[in-house]
Amino acid sequence: MVILGIAGSLRSGSHNRELLRLAASTLPDGVELETWEGLRAIPPFDEDDEDPAPLPVAALRAAVGSANAVLIVTPEYNGSIPGALKNALDWASRPGATNVFRGKPVAVIGASLGSFGGVWAQAETRKVLGLMGARVIDAELSVGRAQDRLAEPDEELLGRLRETVAQLVEETQLQSRAA
Amino acid sequence: MSILQEQRTTLPTGTWKVDPVHSSVGFSVKHMVVATFRGTFGSFDVDLGQNGIAGTVDVASVSVQEPNLNGHLLAPDFFDAERHPQLSFRSETVRVDGDAVEIDGVLTVKGVTKPVVISGAISGPVEDFNGAHRLGVELETTIDRTAFGLDWNAPLPSGGFAVGNDVTLRAELELIRETEA
Repeated sequence: MVILGIAGSLRSGSHNRELLRLAASTLPDGVELETWEGLRAIPPFDEDDEDPAPLPVAALRAAVGSANAVLIVTPEYNGSIPGALKNALDWASRPGATNVFRGKPVAVIGASLGSFGGVWAQAETRKVLGLMGARVIDAELSVGRAQDRLAEPDEELLGRLRETVAQLVEETQLQSRAA
Repeated sequence: MSILQEQRTTLPTGTWKVDPVHSSVGFSVKHMVVATFRGTFGSFDVDLGQNGIAGTVDVASVSVQEPNLNGHLLAPDFFDAERHPQLSFRSETVRVDGDAVEIDGVLTVKGVTKPVVISGAISGPVEDFNGAHRLGVELETTIDRTAFGLDWNAPLPSGGFAVGNDVTLRAELELIRETEA
């Protein structure tokens, strides 16, 4: 089983990229996490450019399409989804009826410097994914004070990451049985 | 020709199959608190006989005016058509009083089965141009969609939610009596 990891932040020292790396260390046997690195290359969404889709967009769609599940790890900018991530999701959401996220099991987690851990951005990302037709799993993990908690991840954080990943894996197994 | 009948208390005899061309199955729900929004299901099957009435609806045939909204209705936020491709209904008790009918039955939506009470009307049967017997049945019930796991909603800036929880399901059916084999 392959989980595609998408970080909503571009900066090299990103706490959310760190959280994604940490998630990769909690995978059960038989599960791989591939990190999608194409966020910076996605152009601004423009319906006029849809046909043919820009290559970075086609690559994103292919990566999501071939993964069994997706783990999105997102920061929160001004109380909401980072623009680059939202833009990538907007591209991925097309065409609506057959987009690659339709029916795809997805978990959304995130980290922030503040104490709330980016809960709003995660809630809004879940809302967007739900509208796109994804199978958004009912798991929440908001890591507040990320600079401290990710520097020395404690067993509580690792346990919750493990649980979230396990829930995503379980949903994905249900999905492959349904298909 | 008179179609006046004795005050009946049972379903008409025989087995009856829906004529999908002359039937419709749909739902209505409050939108933005103030308005009524309707959708239909294009593909369904209904049988009526001495054991009562039973039907299935193909979720994928849901139809509303806007394709993106159609897609959202099929998604896990609403019907989750991929995992739950059909809605189904089966009667348990049917009470007929003249042209009025009341049905206790079980409705399954999104894999959740709940008892429902459906009320409606029966008219006919009448004989058509080819000698077949046709029966009209209109059925309606209101369910709380959240009891079946269709929970999606969006809060409105002025209070309230975009989509109501109470959904009225309505079937207007024309049934044809199957000929004895």
